[in-house]
Amino acid sequence: MNTYYYDHCASSPMPQTVIDTMSELMRLHYANPSSLHKSGVDAMKLVDRARASVAERMGAKPQEVLFTSGGTESNNLAIKGLLGKTARSAKHAIVSSVEHASVYECAKHLEAEGEIELTVLPVDSAGRVDPKDVAAAIRKETVIVSVMHVNNETGAIQPIEEIARIVRKHPHVRFHVDGVQAIGKVPFNWSGSGVDLYTGSAHKFGGPKGIGFLLSKEGIELAPLLSGGNQENGMRSGTLNVPAIVAMSQALRLSMEKMDARREMMYALRRRLLELVADIPELLVNGTSALDNDSAMETAPHVVNLSYPGMRPEVIIHMLEREGIYVSTQSACSSKSLKPSRVLMAMGHNADRSSGSIRISFGDEHGMRDIEVLGAKLRAVVAGLKPLERTGK
Amino acid sequence: MNYELVLVRFGEIVIKGRNRNRFETMLLTQIRMALKPFDKLEFVRSYARVYIRLNGESYDRVAERLKDIFGIMSFSPVIGSGLELEKIRENSLQLIRNLRVPPKTFKVSVNRGWKQYPHNSIEMNHLVGSHVLRNTPDLKVDVRRPDVELKVDIQKDSAYIYCEVVKGAGGFPLGMNGKAMLLLSGGIDSPVAGWMAMRKGLKIEAVHFHSYPFTSEQAKDKVVALARRLAYYGGKIKLHLVPFTEVQTKLAQSGHDSLIITLMRRSMLRIAERLAEQNDALAVVTGDSLGQVASQTLGSMNVIGRAGSLPLLRPLVMMDKQDIIDCAERIGTYDTSILPYEDCCTLFVPKSPAINPNLNIVERAEAIMGAELERLIDEAVQGTEVVVLKDGGADAEASDRERQEDAWF
Repeated sequence: MNTYYYDHCASSPMPQTVIDTMSELMRLHYANPSSLHKSGVDAMKLVDRARASVAERMGAKPQEVLFTSGGTESNNLAIKGLLGKTARSAKHAIVSSVEHASVYECAKHLEAEGEIELTVLPVDSAGRVDPKDVAAAIRKETVIVSVMHVNNETGAIQPIEEIARIVRKHPHVRFHVDGVQAIGKVPFNWSGSGVDLYTGSAHKFGGPKGIGFLLSKEGIELAPLLSGGNQENGMRSGTLNVPAIVAMSQALRLSMEKMDARREMMYALRRRLLELVADIPELLVNGTSALDNDSAMETAPHVVNLSYPGMRPEVIIHMLEREGIYVSTQSACSSKSLKPSRVLMAMGHNADRSSGSIRISFGDEHGMRDIEVLGAKLRAVVAGLKPLERTGK
Repeated sequence: MNYELVLVRFGEIVIKGRNRNRFETMLLTQIRMALKPFDKLEFVRSYARVYIRLNGESYDRVAERLKDIFGIMSFSPVIGSGLELEKIRENSLQLIRNLRVPPKTFKVSVNRGWKQYPHNSIEMNHLVGSHVLRNTPDLKVDVRRPDVELKVDIQKDSAYIYCEVVKGAGGFPLGMNGKAMLLLSGGIDSPVAGWMAMRKGLKIEAVHFHSYPFTSEQAKDKVVALARRLAYYGGKIKLHLVPFTEVQTKLAQSGHDSLIITLMRRSMLRIAERLAEQNDALAVVTGDSLGQVASQTLGSMNVIGRAGSLPLLRPLVMMDKQDIIDCAERIGTYDTSILPYEDCCTLFVPKSPAINPNLNIVERAEAIMGAELERLIDEAVQGTEVVVLKDGGADAEASDRERQEDAWF
């Protein structure tokens, strides 16, 4: 049976060239790049080259790229690091209600500890933050505003340019953007964006797991999360992961080179999938379901989020899995919990609809035929489940 | 704007009497070399200037390169226009409107190279000037000291219009004034001194003293990077890497702790002069700036300079440090210079170096080491490694490696 992997938001396959690069580097450049001898110096040169390459692709300067273990660490470092370096006694942070757990729970935790006061911004039914709410929430104690670029459950694109413009009017406030789901899918140029901190994670764009980066505007100081050998200008201790860093830079290049073609293809796939789903009345689309070209401003090309109210999502997941189709409930990280999706609740959906969501996310290997297959199988699975529906509680 | 030509004006060389032709040819060759990547360009030489026909190449990129070629006084982007009066007027207006800084006053100077043109120059001045004036609010005519001078050159095939004048690097064509050895340390000053020497028409060969294992490989890489940056201005740079460890350790054991810098600099100068002789260079260029450090006081300069006999050129001698830094930033060497790798001078630095060394004591100390020091200097000269660096390109070894590594990026 053919299998179809529609869970690229959770993690993406690595291209063979990137796997080759990583294994060659493991073989040849095992030295610690902080060592003084030639072998270490050579490894550091590769790190420098990778840093310059990541910087170039993102429109940043090399010294603005900080390597971390991935999205979660970058998000934690941005928030805790910035707050940790802020000497003010009263600190206030603003995050959206649809942030990834590594931002949302991080901020909630700091609030519970009494470190900060927290404002959680609402979103509209499409899952988007209203920039006016950001403007209204900023106070003189505000240290950081954190709003993600692309939502990991619904694919909604947040108006980060407008938010950046608002934050820029308040020089005491820094703007962090979690760009994990946006890189390679939604155009973004760091320089001139007005963003102060931007998170990236390699395994979402064809790189290895366990590596990511945080873009941090020149002059920003972050309190390190880890104590140790003061790598990365003292902001991130720990031996630099040379093979993963180089593999990430290569994966980023490969991904960015194909971005335009990918966007065109994926929007077409998304449109077609929504057409097919429109014929299955049991399935509701969460987030933007518009099919016009303007929707590209509101939603990323690679995610479709559906709800089957009254059906436990893991049942659908397993039924699709029997057909060789892999999708997620809400986000992969929180899919094991049976709680309704925080993101969908924030969008104003009821618990029934919010608990029953499945997330379909495409990759470069998918074409129109795959979507036809997916549509047919969705229809068959829903038809099979129809008699088991439970409505209300 | 869509520019068709760049008009390049030569600098000081126009005053050089009978040698002018040779120097202009030299400069034109250098311009051609520097602009080689733009293969559509055509060059037409005229008196004290050259016209570069762009043929579709980007003016901005060509201008970016032209700015750094020595011997060019200024250049102007030129638009080509049809000969009809209406076209000349319209294009002139567009040119004025597109200027980055809107001028307050202007004048028109029409030159009629093609005398069959129906209007003469005086008429044309009025015809073009009045059109621009009518259509540009707040612009006035000033024939004495205008903000911009709009030039129109009427030829048989086309009219050429320009007004912007971009300042060039100035100086003389590279090599016009012979060759010198540059003492290149890896610090901020010496690359600037090298640039200034090249700007004045000197061909440069760089000399670097390294003391491996007291200095790291990175210190050498840094100098290579600096020399490569200089090669952007100088076409190609020969870098002499002198193994200085033996001389340095010998001097360190001389027992004259406070004089070690003086002794080292004297030995360096001797070695540089030997290399100058081998390479037909007639001067030594250093980044000395009066009073900056102990070895750059007048007293030190006197004692150190006496070790050599070639002219010692010190372009930075009367400059302030901040001005040197500004220059280093402008020429693109600063970021490399401040990388934290020690060169051979910062090592072995005594706690209190002599700022006014005594020539007699220095000469006596050298006499005691005598033949031994001579031998070590000979060995250093013989052990000197030469690399030829080109702008952008890496040296053979590094580029091989980088090419292999390209597959990973």
